[in-house]
Amino acid sequence: MFLQLQNITKTYPGVVALNNVSLDVLEGEVHALVGENGAGKSTLIKTCTGAITPDEGKIIIQGEEFTSLNPKLSEQKGIGVIYQEFNLVDELSVAENIFLGRAIRKGIVIDRKAMEHEAAKIFKQLEIDIDPSALVGRLTVGYQQLVEIAKAISQNAKLLIMDEPSAPLTQTEAQALYAVVEKLKAAGVTIVYISHRMDEIFRLSDRITVLRDGQKIETVNTADTDLDKLVKLMVGRELTETYPTRSHEISTEVLLRLENVSGQIVKNVSLDIKRGEVLGLAGLIGSGRTELAEILFGYKPRTSGEITLEGKLINPRLPKEAIAKGIALVPEDRKKLGALLERSIKDNTTISVLERISKFFTVDNKEERKIAEHYRDAIRIKTPNLEQKIKNLSGGNQQKVIIAKWLATHPTLVIFDEPTRGIDVGAKSEIYALVNELVASGKAVLMISSEMEEVIGMSDRVIVLHEGKVTGELARKDFSQEAIMSFASQN
Amino acid sequence: MKLTSNLNLAGNAGLAFAKQYGIYIVLLILIIFFSIASENFLVGNNLLNVARQVSMLGITAVGFAFVLLLGGIDLSVGSLITLVNIFAASLMVNANWSPVLAVSAALLLSAGIGFSNGWIIANLKMPPIIVTLAMLIIIEGVAYLICDGLPIYGFPKSFAVIGQGYVGPIPIPVIIMAVIMALGSFILGKTFFGRYFYAVGGNEEAAKLSGIDVKRVKYLVYTLSGFFAGVAGIVILSRTNSGQVLSGKGFEFDVLTACVLGGVSVTGGVGKISNVLAGVLILGVLSNGLVLMDVSQFVQMVIKGSVLMIAVALDCLQNRKTV
Repeated sequence: MFLQLQNITKTYPGVVALNNVSLDVLEGEVHALVGENGAGKSTLIKTCTGAITPDEGKIIIQGEEFTSLNPKLSEQKGIGVIYQEFNLVDELSVAENIFLGRAIRKGIVIDRKAMEHEAAKIFKQLEIDIDPSALVGRLTVGYQQLVEIAKAISQNAKLLIMDEPSAPLTQTEAQALYAVVEKLKAAGVTIVYISHRMDEIFRLSDRITVLRDGQKIETVNTADTDLDKLVKLMVGRELTETYPTRSHEISTEVLLRLENVSGQIVKNVSLDIKRGEVLGLAGLIGSGRTELAEILFGYKPRTSGEITLEGKLINPRLPKEAIAKGIALVPEDRKKLGALLERSIKDNTTISVLERISKFFTVDNKEERKIAEHYRDAIRIKTPNLEQKIKNLSGGNQQKVIIAKWLATHPTLVIFDEPTRGIDVGAKSEIYALVNELVASGKAVLMISSEMEEVIGMSDRVIVLHEGKVTGELARKDFSQEAIMSFASQN
Repeated sequence: MKLTSNLNLAGNAGLAFAKQYGIYIVLLILIIFFSIASENFLVGNNLLNVARQVSMLGITAVGFAFVLLLGGIDLSVGSLITLVNIFAASLMVNANWSPVLAVSAALLLSAGIGFSNGWIIANLKMPPIIVTLAMLIIIEGVAYLICDGLPIYGFPKSFAVIGQGYVGPIPIPVIIMAVIMALGSFILGKTFFGRYFYAVGGNEEAAKLSGIDVKRVKYLVYTLSGFFAGVAGIVILSRTNSGQVLSGKGFEFDVLTACVLGGVSVTGGVGKISNVLAGVLILGVLSNGLVLMDVSQFVQMVIKGSVLMIAVALDCLQNRKTV
């Protein structure tokens, strides 16, 4: 047994990130960690690397017991991590990066030759073909990742934690990565492998642990399970939250049509949304969901394709243009992209309609106040005062102000990107009710969500993206978490 | 428990009061100090003098405050004053243009240069500090090229009214400053594009996603900054009655200090013209008082630099607290 986690619990205000999780990692095995977004995988890794201190539980590394680690201690005990974001310096060579902070020296001079020699030895052992004197900035993402791995190995990592290592890689690069993982395993390195890609999990792992909602569901032998069983374990709960039902008919009139729209990640996406419809957009993080919404809103550049709204070509190049045509976007990152934190609730509510309510450049203050009061009452923003700065509100109320801002523009299509992230249950159901009101009044909603339940509970139809392409479309009668998950991870 | 929370409330109220009016309290303390230190300070004539001295600063500070609100900076205002000064002088003296025409052309030029700053910053995504620093050097060079470094004088008599005239007891430059400050205050408080300045400066991406054409806001703000600097350049020209290549030298420093003293955050999004006026007055009182006390010019530099440092430090400390 290399690593043992016993009864680890970690809570953040309002959320139990890890609830009494125990995990055994055997020496020399590849142990896969799977679960939906927010299942607790990241928190678990951070416990092992010493980035966080668990509230309860024990960490046992090769028989040595700890209640918590710190990054230095974790490294000393032989734990190495390959994060999704690399810690490399582009302007330095491969060898210099590998020995960053512990350069081999002759007196006070850095011994570049010796470092390159050492790096070459590691590469040879892993059968990787990289020139140790090359600049890291010139390497592709795939090779940069291998440099990260070599760096961990040079620090004598005996347990390597890999956090979705294949996510940024192309197919060929991923194949090279798998080969290296197998080499590492053969060399006796223990690996904890986190991934959403089911194919590679079955290919690489010896055992799989499933996390869900901060709890460990089960650890299974890879040989004893199959894809269906695994997906069931990952998502296998019944819908626990109730979603308000809708009774109106969806129109046959197409409101919005995308034809072969491409961007940076998004490739040739075609879809349409009808009046009165909630279209769910599902997919893993990085599948291009958010980019698609942002292209549609004129915020991210569209490299090709056409966008038509109510039969008219719109192709917005700026959010301003999209808004003028009746599109609204409630963004995923409320604090960074949604709210003007230093401004009042009133200012945030009316910012997108100021020009409309101005005469000779001067804002009509009475009209402005009326609009802010109207939406405060209509969607029940809880505040004593409209002059209150929005940063002082709870997440749910902030989200309501952002929604109020868009309702004030009288949109025909509202895009919600993760509308209920970080929002308490009460505000959640109010937001769902608002979505229903919108579609009932003949508007349309495009909803992006990582929460499976939400997608299934709220959508009339679901389109699934994987690596920027549409991989599946499901009508309401065919909805299942398993079906969406399998389109999203493309097996 | 109750008591401590009440104390906290009182403390917060005190803090809010200090934030709102602290700058005026500092101004008051300075005035009292100089009144005691120099008998010539608190004399009607001298106070009007201070007002007239700071008017150029106040005029320029309005546009500069807009730029800071946006999260940018405009280092070119000083040499823009110089260029407008030399350009208008040269038009009147060498090309025999009437003052009205020369002033109009010079103001147009200053607005155009401001617009160029804004265009470059918005479209080439270059840091404002670099763009306007380069512009500073370019237009200073152009000013030297126009006049060969020599003063230009001999304007029509009527031109002197702008800088030297009075309405009743009040110098015209002071009136111009008051009008421009009122205009600036109106823009920020009442117009939709004034709101956009705060929105873009507070969170550019959120502003863009709210439908604000961020580029156009940048064009407008840098154009206004250039234009107001141009107005200041004309006032100085009229007051000194000769075009001088050193007329705006280093002016950007005083303007920056006045704005930051007046509570305009260097990180953008926060600030009010009424407080900028206080910052301008503090700087004016400080300069005037130190001269009256016979403090050497070099000591004055040390003091003014320290004032800017302290003002920025306070601003940054405040920001850190709220994050």
